[in-house]
Amino acid sequence: MASAPTTKAAAGAAAQDPILKVEHLSMRFGGLMAINDLSFECRRGDITALIGPNGAGKTTVFNCITGFYKPTMGMMTLRQKGGQDYLLERLADFEITKRAKVARTFQNIRLFTGLTVLENLLVAQHNALMRASGYTILGLFGFPAYRKASKESIELARYWLDKASLTERADDPAGDLPYGAQRRLEIARAMCTGPELLCLDEPAAGLNPRESLALNTLLQGIRADTGTSILLIEHDMSVVMEISDHVVVLEYGQKISDGTPDFVKNDPKVIAAYLGVEDDEVEEVIAEVEEVAHEVEGGQK
Amino acid sequence: MEYFVQQLVNGLTLGSIYGMIAIGYTMVYGIIGMINFAHGDIFMLGGFAALIVFLALTSLFAGIPVVLALLIMMIVAMIMASLWNWTIERVAYRPLRGSFRLAPLITAIGMSIALSNFIQVTQGPRNKPIPPLVSSVYNIAGISISLKQIIIILITAILLSVFWYIVHRTPLGRAQRATEQDRKMAALLGIDVDRTISVTFIMGAALAAVAGTMYLMYYGVVVFTDGFIPGVKAFTAAVLGGIGSLPGAVLGGLLIGLIESLWSAYFTIDYKDVATFSILAIVLIFKPSGILGRPEVEKV
Amino acid sequence: MATVSANPARAEASSTARALREAVFAGIIAFGLFVLYVGLKTDQNISNELILVQRWGLLAIFVGVAMVARFIGVLYVQPFLKRRRTAKSEASDLELQPSYFRRNFSTIAIIALVLYPPLMVALFGTQGSLKWVDNFGIQILIYVMLAWGLNIVVGLAGLLDLGYVAFYAVGAYSYALLSTHLGLSFWVLLPLSGLLAAVWGMVLGFPVLRLRGDYLAIVTLAFGEIIRLVLINWTDVTQGTFGVSGVAKASIFGIYSFDVGAANNFAKVWGLPMSAAYYKIFLFYVILALALLTAFVTIRLRRMPVGRAWEALREDEIACRSLGINTVTTKLTAFATGAMFGGFAGSFFAARQGFVSPESFVFLESAVILAIVVLGGMGSLVGIAVAAVLMIGGTEILRELTFLKAVFGPDFTPELYRMLIFGLAMVVVMVLKPRGFVGSREPSAFLHERKSVSSSFTKEGHG
Repeated sequence: MASAPTTKAAAGAAAQDPILKVEHLSMRFGGLMAINDLSFECRRGDITALIGPNGAGKTTVFNCITGFYKPTMGMMTLRQKGGQDYLLERLADFEITKRAKVARTFQNIRLFTGLTVLENLLVAQHNALMRASGYTILGLFGFPAYRKASKESIELARYWLDKASLTERADDPAGDLPYGAQRRLEIARAMCTGPELLCLDEPAAGLNPRESLALNTLLQGIRADTGTSILLIEHDMSVVMEISDHVVVLEYGQKISDGTPDFVKNDPKVIAAYLGVEDDEVEEVIAEVEEVAHEVEGGQK
Repeated sequence: MEYFVQQLVNGLTLGSIYGMIAIGYTMVYGIIGMINFAHGDIFMLGGFAALIVFLALTSLFAGIPVVLALLIMMIVAMIMASLWNWTIERVAYRPLRGSFRLAPLITAIGMSIALSNFIQVTQGPRNKPIPPLVSSVYNIAGISISLKQIIIILITAILLSVFWYIVHRTPLGRAQRATEQDRKMAALLGIDVDRTISVTFIMGAALAAVAGTMYLMYYGVVVFTDGFIPGVKAFTAAVLGGIGSLPGAVLGGLLIGLIESLWSAYFTIDYKDVATFSILAIVLIFKPSGILGRPEVEKV
Repeated sequence: MATVSANPARAEASSTARALREAVFAGIIAFGLFVLYVGLKTDQNISNELILVQRWGLLAIFVGVAMVARFIGVLYVQPFLKRRRTAKSEASDLELQPSYFRRNFSTIAIIALVLYPPLMVALFGTQGSLKWVDNFGIQILIYVMLAWGLNIVVGLAGLLDLGYVAFYAVGAYSYALLSTHLGLSFWVLLPLSGLLAAVWGMVLGFPVLRLRGDYLAIVTLAFGEIIRLVLINWTDVTQGTFGVSGVAKASIFGIYSFDVGAANNFAKVWGLPMSAAYYKIFLFYVILALALLTAFVTIRLRRMPVGRAWEALREDEIACRSLGINTVTTKLTAFATGAMFGGFAGSFFAARQGFVSPESFVFLESAVILAIVVLGGMGSLVGIAVAAVLMIGGTEILRELTFLKAVFGPDFTPELYRMLIFGLAMVVVMVLKPRGFVGSREPSAFLHERKSVSSSFTKEGHG
């Protein structure tokens, strides 16, 4: 099995060890500076959230990390468990998944709608199966090695179907699933590539509260069972605050805050960015926020 | 030098014809996103209509002035081609609107096969030559320009201006551009999408018919297979210029005409079509959306 | 349209009136469409000048037929179709158990094909079977094989290829030239020409990898035309439009020959009367085997990562890249595999005809093959085979309809109408069944039970 889902993450030991280091990342589209000198780190085993107002450049960061855009400047280093380093800006998009082991999902779900749910998960195991089938040649002549690998791939798919609670729908076309199930399937599919870093682009967008809850369970399950680090973009603050260990806040392509959810929540710069106040009013806002926070705490007592 | 300019004039003439056909391809592609494969055969039908009208006119009114004859040929050809293209759209493309993208492409190929064979069956498989309509040739600074060429380039210029005006300055053109951008939204805003698409087919066919008439006048012959090669070249022109773009279609047409005549003049005439297609392939490989086409942004 | 009128008699009358109105309208349109092209005919007189012949009677027939057809269509066919559609949508809830014939269609079809040549010999005699085995059997099977080959590129990988005939040509010319110049045998050259075609598939595929949709279509069309034009103009090698003639026949693995003069001639060895039929029957089994090989490989590949990657590519290329699939090699393998089968078919074609010329590799052939793939239902082997039988067999049958001469007079040549009817049939079938004969998709793997995927979910690719 590619991703050995049974290994427990040694979260504490790996805490200081960054899986992804983004340094001085800049991305320019014509005259527009979508990302400007951005640096941050994702620690191994953590769920890191990338938040920020609309148009802050979050998806652009994702597209740089996963190779869909070539950044104008900057360095993105991915360090695998074994200690190998990959410079992501030098890899083609498919190699980032294949070799550096970074998988991703999309803001507007991209499933293979005409393939069944199971087939979606098998496509994700392409590279492993390709090797097992002797790059098609051995498989074409029906060698047992491929048959065995093929069985294993279905088992891995079954494992993730189970995690995403999609086992019932395994043989239905992916396009036939309800929205929330499609989101989970996309995540399960990304997990089938056996990633070390999973990048999720707004996984909770458009979900109802129940589906949102199922998503949280799935994500926490992924971290607990496989030790996969997660980087996610999210608008839904309840999701971010509940599951992430570390939050990076972007505004206009620059980092304005970086820390634990609690730290970020109370960072006046963040509040100002979300509420949209002028720079000189920031001080006032801080005062107001602190006041409100005291009141809330008082009320809870 | 004179030889070069001479070839330039020849190329422009040919390019004008290609450009006029290419507009039909590009407009239809722009508005419903399909390759109207039968468009080349609409051009051929236009040529045949002009031929038949010419024969009828010369047998009924022996001494008819050439200008008048040309005008009548052109108008009748335009009406015929428009009627055909309108009917084809109604019968073969409209029922498939919104379904599978390849389905209308296949019906278009089917229509193309059916149309050329229809003409073969009804009009016979042979070449149809006519005596030269216009034969004056002017000599300007060592370059001979025939009146035919002047007529073709002039008519192309006039029609393109009219077209440009329709598309950019009239409510009809606005409806077309809106439908092109977003068919559903256009319908919600009260644009009769079906009618707009029909009109687009009619406009494209009318231009193709003019091109057919000009082709008949220029070469003095038409045959039932004439839809294919000029059709493919005109489509090549539309793609080269950037499909969906009107100026692109004209530019592409002129370029193809020039490439063809210059290649034939300086290299071997045998490989002129190879040259045309190779240049198409090379341009698309380095600029996949054509010369004036908007680049297709890959949304992730 | 069903009127809401409570009075059935009045509803009847109004729908008749509507049908009449529609019929008159259709008549006017038909008159407009046909007045020049049917009413007048350009003909050459003795001094070779064009003159017009008038055919108003024929025009009247055309208009009349259009009116009657429209009248019947509006009054009877439309309500019938509507009723059937509602009946169908109601019935669709019921799980219909497919009949025995349907479930075992492939097996039955293969057995029937194996028995076909002896059956024809039994029915029409050795010499009489020639037409049925060659014109129908072999001809259809060549198209089945070509369409199955193209299906890999268009149906599975979703790459619209309008120049597939180029690979057919590469295969045919490889065999024709290498066998005449080097004297190699069919069984050596068959794999070799497949390989050469596959190489060409990669060579032509490589530059167009970045192109999508219709741009890809037009460039593949251009490549197809370039290859044909080179075959025409490179006269030193290809002998241009004259073509390469005297291409060697295939032998039964070198044991028996079909050359009349050879000592090991099949008929001589077995003491049979000389006939071309044996060779054709042999060829029938060769093409049947080749076609089945194509099907077998396609089915196998679909269950392997490369085949799944093709289908995934058709559904969403960006998602493929996000899953670590190298789309460049995936596309190239699709082009190469498709081209290889085209090459096999081509070298078979050359061995069968004994003659190749650029005439056989025009764009129309590409269009016909593509039409078969789409009409059959993209990706479905059975659907494609049925489409090939209907379209190719149907138009071949037109050649045989000599009795029509008795109806339309001795000048009537049904062959002339072959392509006209073929084109119209393409339109009609597509309008009635936009997803082809078999619209649903068989999944390549299943967990609980195999359920086919409705065509409304599958995509057709963007490039």
